[in-house]
Amino acid sequence: MHDTTGTKVFRVITITALSIFTIIPIYVMVISGLKPLKDVQGAFTWWPETLTIQPYIDMWKTVPLANYFMNSVIVSVAATLLSLVIAIFAAYAVSRYTFRGRSLFSGAVLSTQMLPGVLFLLPLFLIFVNINTNFGVQLVGTRAGLIITYLTFSLPFSIWMLAGYFNGIPRELDEAATVDGCGPMRTLFTIILPTARPGLVAVAIYSFMTSWGEVLFASVMTTDANRTLAVGLQLYSTQTNVYWNQIMAASVVVSIPIVIGFLLLQKNFVAGLTAGAVK
Amino acid sequence: MLLRLVFRNSSHTDKEVTEVKIRTFAAAAAIAALAITATGCSGGSGNESSDSGGKTLTYWASNQGTSLDNDKEVLTPQLEKFEKETGIKVNLEVIGWNDLQTRIQTAVTSGQAPDVLNIGNTWAASLQSTGAFMPFDEAAFTAIGGKDKFVKTAMDTGGVAGEDPTSVPLYGLAYGLYYNKAMFKDAGVTPPTTWEEMVAAAKKLTSGDVHGFSLAAGSYTENSHFAFINAAQNGADFFDADGKPTFTSDGIVDGIARYLDLMQADKVVAPGDAQYDNATQAINDFATGKSAMVLSQNNANSSIASQGMASDAFGVVAFPAPAAGKDIATMVAGINMSIFKNTKNKDSALAFVKFMTSEDTQAALDKPFAALPVLAGVTPSFTDDAELAKTFSDIYSNKSKPLPLVAAEDQFESTVGKAMNQMFATIASGGTVSKADIKSALETAQQAVEAAG
Amino acid sequence: MSASTAVKKSGPSAGATARRARKPRRAGWWLPYALLAPAVIFELVIHIVPMITGIWMSFLKLTKMYISNWGNAPFIGTKNYQVALDFNSAVGMGLLKSFGITVAFTILVVGLSWFLGMAAAVALQKVFPGRAVFRTLFLIPYALPMYAGVIAWKFILQKDNGALSHLLFDNLGLPGDKPFWLIGDNAFAAVVIVAIWRLWPFAFLMLMAGLQSVPTDIYEAASVDGAKPLRQWWAITLPLLRPVNMSLVLVMFLWTFNDFNTPFVLFGGSQPPAGDLISFHIYNASFLTWNFGSGAAMSVLLLLFLSVVSGIYVLLMNRRKDNA
Repeated sequence: MHDTTGTKVFRVITITALSIFTIIPIYVMVISGLKPLKDVQGAFTWWPETLTIQPYIDMWKTVPLANYFMNSVIVSVAATLLSLVIAIFAAYAVSRYTFRGRSLFSGAVLSTQMLPGVLFLLPLFLIFVNINTNFGVQLVGTRAGLIITYLTFSLPFSIWMLAGYFNGIPRELDEAATVDGCGPMRTLFTIILPTARPGLVAVAIYSFMTSWGEVLFASVMTTDANRTLAVGLQLYSTQTNVYWNQIMAASVVVSIPIVIGFLLLQKNFVAGLTAGAVK
Repeated sequence: MLLRLVFRNSSHTDKEVTEVKIRTFAAAAAIAALAITATGCSGGSGNESSDSGGKTLTYWASNQGTSLDNDKEVLTPQLEKFEKETGIKVNLEVIGWNDLQTRIQTAVTSGQAPDVLNIGNTWAASLQSTGAFMPFDEAAFTAIGGKDKFVKTAMDTGGVAGEDPTSVPLYGLAYGLYYNKAMFKDAGVTPPTTWEEMVAAAKKLTSGDVHGFSLAAGSYTENSHFAFINAAQNGADFFDADGKPTFTSDGIVDGIARYLDLMQADKVVAPGDAQYDNATQAINDFATGKSAMVLSQNNANSSIASQGMASDAFGVVAFPAPAAGKDIATMVAGINMSIFKNTKNKDSALAFVKFMTSEDTQAALDKPFAALPVLAGVTPSFTDDAELAKTFSDIYSNKSKPLPLVAAEDQFESTVGKAMNQMFATIASGGTVSKADIKSALETAQQAVEAAG
Repeated sequence: MSASTAVKKSGPSAGATARRARKPRRAGWWLPYALLAPAVIFELVIHIVPMITGIWMSFLKLTKMYISNWGNAPFIGTKNYQVALDFNSAVGMGLLKSFGITVAFTILVVGLSWFLGMAAAVALQKVFPGRAVFRTLFLIPYALPMYAGVIAWKFILQKDNGALSHLLFDNLGLPGDKPFWLIGDNAFAAVVIVAIWRLWPFAFLMLMAGLQSVPTDIYEAASVDGAKPLRQWWAITLPLLRPVNMSLVLVMFLWTFNDFNTPFVLFGGSQPPAGDLISFHIYNASFLTWNFGSGAAMSVLLLLFLSVVSGIYVLLMNRRKDNA
């Protein structure tokens, strides 16, 4: 079957326009990271008069970027793994069991997506302080506090995605396992999870990206020792100068691992989103 | 699937759901109540007197140097010296200005706070009203070396008049009018001594891409400072003696109109400046020759130098008032130090404040942070240029007025400053702002301040 | 995620299977609760309890006088709500304006993101050389850390030195002066564009995932019958994507309405009135003026509004489904 001319024109225009829209900011980011400070403070040019990698060297000194990078990796990875484990259990319950409060739980999960972050920023901080006072667990100004905050942020959406995915896995499979004498947990681990791998990857990507980019809570909950990249990047704008070229260079550096990871796993991500329907 | 989760609940009755809902809610409310009662006492009350001269202090420093790291480098030797002298270890955290206010708020709210911290001195009265900071009484002042060791101008910013202040001065700053010597010479103008001369010079210096002036016209803090200074030159105050806002008086409206007119009527400021939300951007224009004058605090030197402008290429005079106006050139800017009331290390904290405000430490810090001395009888050392130092000392001690020392000062800054951002934006994008517009914007700002009080 | 519903909801028999399969198993009744417990605990501590605390705060006079000892803050009933809803006062007027801007912002961002996502998903539906490259490229804005993407835009949107003005006026030769993008009225357009840039790849991703489940032979049959591409899209693609669209639009609506990060990073401390989105407005009302009670009241109003809109949306969607 052949495409009509109209379809071809539509395709070319759409793809061209969206490519330009997508690329320009990325191009500006990359190219400005290769300019000296004086050039980025002057009129914009598409190609630098002087090409330099100095910003990529200086940026590690202006702010302790390496530390922030480490903090972001630790916080995001831990939040992702924990969120994944918790979401697996919750999604399994929602997908495979009928129980009292099931719809309440589902409704509550949806409603947390509506919460304006500002409403619970200060209360959450107070609760962390109280946990510290009453149970001696230090959460403010530690990575642990950020980890549990972020894992909870991505939890609702992760549970939706996974429950949808689990729903798409035929129940005959579980029943067969039950007949073979597998308990519910065994069934989860030996039957469901291996089948659901793309779904798990999708959820992990989503959680990781949520943690990696969060700004508001990170700016209140972290101190110098455990500051994450999202907050750390703001520090290139100091009392005496705004180091645009270093901001751009640092943005490129913090983006590369996550963009590559995402693009490598995107097949899984899409599969995770669709698989339920393919069955 | 999302919708399905919410609505496909055919398997149980509404009554069951409601019951569960109520139970869950009750449990959650109980936890919340617990959380709240426990917090209630963590703040201002119960100042632990088990003061055994704690051996570790937490100190939040503000960003004064070229980067947070630079601040750390400058402060660390001093903190080591302090530890050697007293055996008290200081855990330093330098906090950027973007975060400082939020961090202080959460600290005040939760009681989880450092022992000692830096504050912008304009916040002093506002922060005092939270009751979270230790008032410096007679005994406290004696412990840090007496109230009289400070310059009076600086000490006046410590808090609300007539009460024990909750902060003491650490670094002094003042606004000055920086001008480009070569450009002034080429245009045949001399440094201005009145507003009128300044505008005339600026007009002469404006041609093509070069402007007479650059302003951080999109920064609400800078704008509120200059609203205050221009109003003060007209003899007008933003708050009356009872601390009530009086934003709409003629002196204020005229003062703001005069300042806005630099862009609107006199056209000596580039419209692009309306998006400068940071003083640095205006200074960069000055340093790169795009403007002949800039208003800046005295710590601009390192920014200017980093742009490649030599230190003898610019001069500084006091920001001039109109010929008929009061000779006020700056508000008393700077950084103060406060102690959190619930500190468990009061004596150590006082010892640390004493150390930081001692002549030796001040001498070591004033230069890297480009600060004016806050100690009486000390010569400024923030620059090698004696004339520059003299000019700024004169401005700071003789031509300054503190910002309103009232609890609502921070709201004054944000409401009036943001109203001015907007007016500059209107002018820059081709609109006009009349005195009536200014008055109505100030009325809105005043209402907002009254509503919050 | 929602694609799963596409097949399930398509016939009554599928629903029946699902229900039968969900009958309690032999395992103890407690098992599902045990499985849910970690999720519930975290949701309680991080979301639910803070939310309830926030609601409680909205009834207090929680200004800076009381903040350090807020157990003692006076209870003032609905005063905070009255102030926020008194549209004759500066505070109420400000909130109302911000709300209006946010509604317009949300409609534009969600609508255009959906449109672009759909266009790209359809354009990339069939295999052609280079398809994978474009698919990858389009996903980059979504993969980029939020902060990095928005700060790049902030740099681009400067008046004189920005890339956008350079492109439009220096390269393409548009007449007139370079306008402001980040202050004045253009700020609204700026924040809309940046938000779309970040959001449309998500719509693209979801719709692309949905389209993959549409069997190609349907289209072949349709084109044999002589249906034009647009008609095919309308008659086949759109109905099949309905389940995806239902949740996609709702999720995008909630995210966009609550968007804090984009204006926060784009405008910094000096947001222009035209870009005064409601989350950011409430943040300023709380943190800039230290009036946390008032800020909490505004947040609660926002929460109520979102709940009502979402509730109505879900009800309408369910009813239309039942009628169909």
